[in-house]
Amino acid sequence: MMLLPCPYCGPRDVTEFTYGGDDGTVRPGDPQAVSDARWVSYVYIRDNPRGPHDELWQHSAGCRRWIRVRRDTLTHQVLSSAPAAQPVQP
Amino acid sequence: MSAQRHRLADGGLIDRSRPYSFTFNSRALHGYAGDTLASALLANGVSVVGRSFKYHRRRGVFGAGSEEPNALVQLETGARTEPNMRATQVELYDRLTAASQNCWPSVEFDVNALTDVFSRFLPAGFYYKTFMWPRSWWMRYEQYIRDAGGMGISPRTPDPDHYAHRHAHCDVLVAGGGPAGLSAALAAARAGARVILATEDFAWGGSLLAERAAIDSRPALEWVRDTVAELAAHPDVTLLLRSSVFGYFDHNLIAIAQAVHPHSAHAPRQRLWKVRARQAVLATGAIERPLVFADNDLPGVMLASAARAYLNRYAVKPGERAAVFTNNDSAYATALDLHRAGVAVSAVMDPRAQVTGELPARARAAGIEVLAAHAVVRATGGRRVTGVQVAAMENGAIRGQPRELACDLLCVSGGWSPAVHLFSQSKGRLRYDERIAAFVPDVSVQAERSAGAARGSFALADCLAEGAQAGSAAAEAAGLRRAAVSVPGTTRISEAPLLPLWDIESGATRTAKRFVDLQNDVTARDIALAAREGYYSVEHLKRYTALGMGTDQGKTSNINGLAILAALIDAQIPEVGTTTFRPPYTPVTLGAIAGSEVGAHFDPVRETPMHEWHAQAGARFMNAGLWRRPMFYARPGESDLDATSREALAVRRGVGIVDVSTLGKIDVQGRDAALFLERVYVNRWRNLAMGKVRYGLMLREDGMIFDDGTTTRLGEQHFFMTTSTATAERAMSTLEYWLQVHWPELDVRLTSVTDQWAAVALAGPESRAVLSALTSADVSNAALPYMGYCEASVRGIPARIFRISFSGELAYEINVPADYGLALWDALLEAGRPCGITPYGTEAMTVLRIEKGHFTGMEMDGRTTPGDVGLGGLVAADKDCIGKRSLDRPALRAPVRRQLVGLVPNDRSTIIPRGAQLVTDPQRALPNPIIGHVTSTCHSPSLGHPIALALLERGRERYGETLFAMSPLTNSAVGVEATHHVFYDPKGERLRV
Ligand SMILES: [Zn+2]
Repeated sequence: MMLLPCPYCGPRDVTEFTYGGDDGTVRPGDPQAVSDARWVSYVYIRDNPRGPHDELWQHSAGCRRWIRVRRDTLTHQVLSSAPAAQPVQP
Repeated sequence: MSAQRHRLADGGLIDRSRPYSFTFNSRALHGYAGDTLASALLANGVSVVGRSFKYHRRRGVFGAGSEEPNALVQLETGARTEPNMRATQVELYDRLTAASQNCWPSVEFDVNALTDVFSRFLPAGFYYKTFMWPRSWWMRYEQYIRDAGGMGISPRTPDPDHYAHRHAHCDVLVAGGGPAGLSAALAAARAGARVILATEDFAWGGSLLAERAAIDSRPALEWVRDTVAELAAHPDVTLLLRSSVFGYFDHNLIAIAQAVHPHSAHAPRQRLWKVRARQAVLATGAIERPLVFADNDLPGVMLASAARAYLNRYAVKPGERAAVFTNNDSAYATALDLHRAGVAVSAVMDPRAQVTGELPARARAAGIEVLAAHAVVRATGGRRVTGVQVAAMENGAIRGQPRELACDLLCVSGGWSPAVHLFSQSKGRLRYDERIAAFVPDVSVQAERSAGAARGSFALADCLAEGAQAGSAAAEAAGLRRAAVSVPGTTRISEAPLLPLWDIESGATRTAKRFVDLQNDVTARDIALAAREGYYSVEHLKRYTALGMGTDQGKTSNINGLAILAALIDAQIPEVGTTTFRPPYTPVTLGAIAGSEVGAHFDPVRETPMHEWHAQAGARFMNAGLWRRPMFYARPGESDLDATSREALAVRRGVGIVDVSTLGKIDVQGRDAALFLERVYVNRWRNLAMGKVRYGLMLREDGMIFDDGTTTRLGEQHFFMTTSTATAERAMSTLEYWLQVHWPELDVRLTSVTDQWAAVALAGPESRAVLSALTSADVSNAALPYMGYCEASVRGIPARIFRISFSGELAYEINVPADYGLALWDALLEAGRPCGITPYGTEAMTVLRIEKGHFTGMEMDGRTTPGDVGLGGLVAADKDCIGKRSLDRPALRAPVRRQLVGLVPNDRSTIIPRGAQLVTDPQRALPNPIIGHVTSTCHSPSLGHPIALALLERGRERYGETLFAMSPLTNSAVGVEATHHVFYDPKGERLRV
């Protein structure tokens, strides 16, 4: 059972969190302006890396904040964690 | 007191002042406090304890601890019975009852022992080969195989005991109560660390309990006693006896199964510890390896270390005349102890050409014959070993004719394998150490370090020193001060290197059974067969032969098995590698894993504030997630359908109330609240007037409907959103996701208020009359029209009143603070009594909504778009929202998409089967093209016939067409007509009166 460092609460058991998918999927600023292919890539296409992986978790049984965690999928080592807010896309 | 004829007159760590009686296979026997069941059986001269897994051969006690592969017993009877208990770990108690497993009618005469005679028909992998043909016979074979091969019997009645879980944190967790573990715990405790020290044994000392060592020129057990006393005096040290550290998980989560002793009705039987340790010290010792020769499974063949434990710890003579077979020096200590205890030692057979160590020298000095360059090729005997065949060796092979040597005890030692199980579970990498012919910890991944025999350092002096260093280093790594390490003094005994020896085979024993895995009856020949058939990977070998797959997980067989494989395929042992070590190190009961989360405590239960009323009114409840919701309130003599129809008709004709407190409720506030709603719902929100309610539809980013519900504008910057019961938690989490991850610039606050508000829907033509009797507020159609909202006092209770309707009738949804829920319910019932107000449940609610063509989770199955359910026009053209872009994708605009329709059976009487598939021609040969499916179905009491909702390809073009609803479950094909999905009051006039 992993220990995830919530940037707001400190280290907590993974059972307090809900996995929220890959981080780093950038939502097009104007969805109507992009091609179907670009949109499909944003909605569906994900890498499946062996090694460092950026992912979103919600501290759902804690502070309810969404956080971004950089985690090695092979070793489960947590490399960093931070609040999840993404900058506004143009 | 009956004779314990193998008990020594004195000595041992048993308490002779506390005699116990117990029964084994219905025989009354006696032992002492401090015995294990195994030591007590040996003291009483019981040599056959059970029958083996596959061949039903007689087996005796082989080890003295958790490595035991043979002596598995069924402990106790009835509800408390427990199978596969290692007799070597069962602490004897008064009136204990145990029995042999896997034998019928008795352990002495077992009919299935014939499988041994016919064993050439049962080679490795025989399950896969023999029983694949003919396939239809497998079912018949299976029962026979399961009965014949197997372990103990699980209890058939509920467990009368209870179990507990405990979560703990510590600076340093030490696994192992031997010299290295005690030494590590002491060093860490002296550095000020919070320490948890756990051992699977019921006494402290580990290997010292079985030996006659000295520490600081005193008996070693005095050092153990003093060390434990000092540890116990530390307030931050937790000492756990009878506690198996069985699992090492991610991020230093370590699991311990603790047997609570003495067991009482009030204490839990077992306690599962989940310890998050900053640092761990693995001082788990080493496991002695057997040697592989013909008939090495006879009762009376025993690990040399086990024989030593029975002598020294339990004061039991495991035999009268012993032989010793070893490839290393350690078993000479057993020979010496046997000799000292008055057991005749026939000889020590040692394959090494020169035997030069200090212990062999002492053995020779004591007059024990040492046969260098000799090996045992076969154990002989019937019910137990009566002799061994001994042959000379030359260059690692048997040479010359064997001769017979008499003995009733054969002590074997093939060297020692560090117990690296926990280290491997922690994902640490192993290294093969030629010096000891075993795998040792190499590269750590988690915050742990191994010490003593667990890392291949077998000498007592090394165990004490490494333990102290590891404990000190662990404390320092956990952030505590560096403390001076003191190591007690011991005498080092010089040892000669071992000679690896894996499969001892003479020409005469080539076809004999040379057991590698005693628990699963895997022989060296089985491994050879697997290798011949191409199973070169040790993981494949394991699964093909079942090597190491028993409850002992191959503790004594792992290294021997892979070394034999390596020799057969001409590979080096490190190339072959080990199989994966997985938790648990020793078996853990399901009770301990479940803990208190059983029965009513399995899951939390959510009850609405009106729950007690529903229960007293005789409601039948259903589970909706964690909620309990009334399905209907059947009257005496009423069928489920009668009750549902009565309740639904009451709403259509008079008035009914239903508890809708379970709906998800989210309070949305902030300057950007309206903008936020525009982004999450497909429709417009900024233009919603104060005090008005609007229906909203939410999509996923892939364009599929996620949820729907009503949202009310309570203020300029204040909205009140509702979600489906089932979606409530996911909706909240999803909205938080969008707000926090994508739109942090929006000024919006979300608060779940599901539990803060009780909610009742008051529905039916008479609902206004009922509500008017309870409030002075104007609830007329003019003052509070459809989709209107007001706040009012209802029978003195502050209430929010929403003019919305799920049933299609004039209706009000009334929310009050949760604590007033029951008071509101009672007030409504009382005010409605003159009009025959009827409480209704989820079944009637479903009938009403199907009649109205409202879709729910049955239709919103993650594959439906707004257009599919006829709400394409709701999607606002002039703004973006979640999922809108996906609706432009060709597949989501395809004309063949399945669309929401209604179905009516052609005969107006047959219920349309739930989950049925829609086809145009029921007679057509398979595969019959499916063009739709039934999502919701019921009998409509208002219309007087069955109806259903369905998703149908080009559905809106097919109104009036005849189709067939085929159900393989009921083997029926019902002729149906496709219709518009709103069956009742299609213009919605009844809502607006
Ligand atoms: Zn948190």
